[in-house]
Amino acid sequence: MEVDRFLTEITAAPGLSGYEQPVAKMIGATLVKYANEVRQDHLGNVVVLKKGKGELRPRVLLAAHMDEIGLMVTKIEKGGFLRFTSVGGIDPRTIVGQEVVLFGKKELCGVIGAKPPHLTDAKERSQAFTMEEMFIDLALPEAKVRELVSVGDVAMIKRKAIKLNGTSMAGKAMDDRAGVAVMLACLQELQRLHHLADVYAVATVQEEVGVRGATTISYGIVPDIGIAIDVTHGAMPGVPEYDTCKLGKGPGITVGPNIHPKVASELIRIAKEYNIPYQLETATGPTGTDARAIQVTRGGIPTGLVSIPLRYMHTSVELLDLEDIKQTGRLLAYFIASVNSEYVEELACF
Amino acid sequence: MLLIKKLTEAYGVSGDESGVRNLLREELTPYAEKIETDSLGNLYIKKGIGKKPRVMVAAHMDEIGLMVVGIESNGLLQVKTVGGVDERVLVSKPVVVGENHVPGVIGAKAIHLQKPHERKKPLEVEQLYIDIGVKNKEEAEKMVKIGDYAAFLATTHEIGDNCLIGKAMDNRVGCAILAELVKEDYDLELTAVFTVQEEIGLRGASVAAYNVHPDFALVLEGTTASDVAGVEDTGYVTKLGGGPAISIMDSSFIAPQKVINFLVETAKKLNLPFQLRRLTTAGTDAGAISQAHGGIPSAVISVPCRYLHSPTSIISLDDYENTLRLAKGVLMAIAEGGLSLEGFAEKIK
Repeated sequence: MEVDRFLTEITAAPGLSGYEQPVAKMIGATLVKYANEVRQDHLGNVVVLKKGKGELRPRVLLAAHMDEIGLMVTKIEKGGFLRFTSVGGIDPRTIVGQEVVLFGKKELCGVIGAKPPHLTDAKERSQAFTMEEMFIDLALPEAKVRELVSVGDVAMIKRKAIKLNGTSMAGKAMDDRAGVAVMLACLQELQRLHHLADVYAVATVQEEVGVRGATTISYGIVPDIGIAIDVTHGAMPGVPEYDTCKLGKGPGITVGPNIHPKVASELIRIAKEYNIPYQLETATGPTGTDARAIQVTRGGIPTGLVSIPLRYMHTSVELLDLEDIKQTGRLLAYFIASVNSEYVEELACF
Repeated sequence: MLLIKKLTEAYGVSGDESGVRNLLREELTPYAEKIETDSLGNLYIKKGIGKKPRVMVAAHMDEIGLMVVGIESNGLLQVKTVGGVDERVLVSKPVVVGENHVPGVIGAKAIHLQKPHERKKPLEVEQLYIDIGVKNKEEAEKMVKIGDYAAFLATTHEIGDNCLIGKAMDNRVGCAILAELVKEDYDLELTAVFTVQEEIGLRGASVAAYNVHPDFALVLEGTTASDVAGVEDTGYVTKLGGGPAISIMDSSFIAPQKVINFLVETAKKLNLPFQLRRLTTAGTDAGAISQAHGGIPSAVISVPCRYLHSPTSIISLDDYENTLRLAKGVLMAIAEGGLSLEGFAEKIK
């Protein structure tokens, strides 16, 4: 399957943190076509194994989280309007007037409303809406709402990704289904490469609420090398340039204490050798990605992090360049092809 | 359903209503005795030419939106609002720009990069821009230009209990009803006017009323329904599903008592649900029409609409059908002489 089409399909699919099953099925079914087996662990992580050709087969873990931020119903108000809270980090200002899909006894369409402007005074209008002021409107009578919806039901923002100019695309849940698409690109590239290592491509769960899927899956797999694939802030006005990566200029390769220096340097060496564009990204402490959990699993795992530059993170118009996804897939494939047991042994020697 | 879907999905920001106008012209040509446009872009469809009385029914085609006012060196488009846009609904929405409908999005700084106090303030339009996914100004200039209009990108579909969700319900719902009205015959001279530039000050209607100079004018609109959580019953303005809303007054217009009574009686005779619009602000084309020439008796009937001026406005299809029935009933009743248009103002004794 083409990476672009795959990303379009999986970003439209539902998969809130803790409720990843719909998107998990799609991901597993597609990735396994380029691998040997697929399974799910107890938390719901989708583990796709592509076996290497070596006698000694180092284990390389690729981790990209498939969960997305969303909403959870907290109260059914008079008139059938639903109060809600967020699952993961949501800027309330970005959800007013958005369509949602609510997963009640069946899927229901709704919209996020707030007090209308003509009923607010100038002072109120100068304040941003808070989550408490907003509600989901299903355009159903109250009795019907009470029949179909319970407190605790979750809802996702409804958005089909749109192709913009050139190779740009915008939509919801690009964070981090873009990383999942990188794994597809990588597995496709690996079809024609010789690799000794066993590759565990894992679509992780519950990253947005505390990197939990990565915690259990790296414990379960015990990889020799773990590489998280996530998104990073793209350059945009109002944000210091040194805190961002540029769209279309290749993956960000992270350096810092969360990252094994020899994993970062090898990724850079490979990028140079195969003419893959890349950018350096700095992280002065544990990153807000699966890499955070992988590194401190069991007795410690050499960890790397590659990121797709993306603007407007955690909105429903997360914007990225598809070319960056393809280049990141190539980078990881060539990196995997270069991994052997000597390299793995070196990683423990400081 | 199909027509209103097509009409709401078409683009027509005030000043560039061509997308909507072309659709309506194509749809209504088979029913028209005469089709005209004027220098502002109003579309006139005439039927029963020469009959009496002469009735004008108006619905505005334009929608609120944005205009590209600058292109930054990084290719992002600076914008200003066209019409009454609530800036707070702009963030995180897809839009289309210019006549080629170039897709873009209105982004916002990621929550991770904001300081807590930033989140307390709504984003103002000066802080927002459209991102069409280009690398720089030169690339952007190949696709869009200063002065291009931008509209919300949204698809219209059914939702909930026989409701419809989409953008520009205000006022494509009025356009759809007027288009359906034109498809029938009445024993009067009917001029259906699809007006331009309502959202920036009733500008199309003022010249249309001058050009048509009717004996009576009916305006079809989409109006606020604020029957939502956190609002007391007294602030509802109209209620979704409560039937067509008859205006008593708005910020531009006060309906003559005689006309209000006539509309109410017509609704009652037809056994249609109706409601009186409970807000005295916000303007409609009736404001301009009623002041044209020496004054033209006018009325406004509206379809209640939640989340007006957002890309996710909701109307009830029951309200839509009942508003169409009432408008049709009004024309029939006028044709039968049900509304005396002679000496409209009561004589002072």
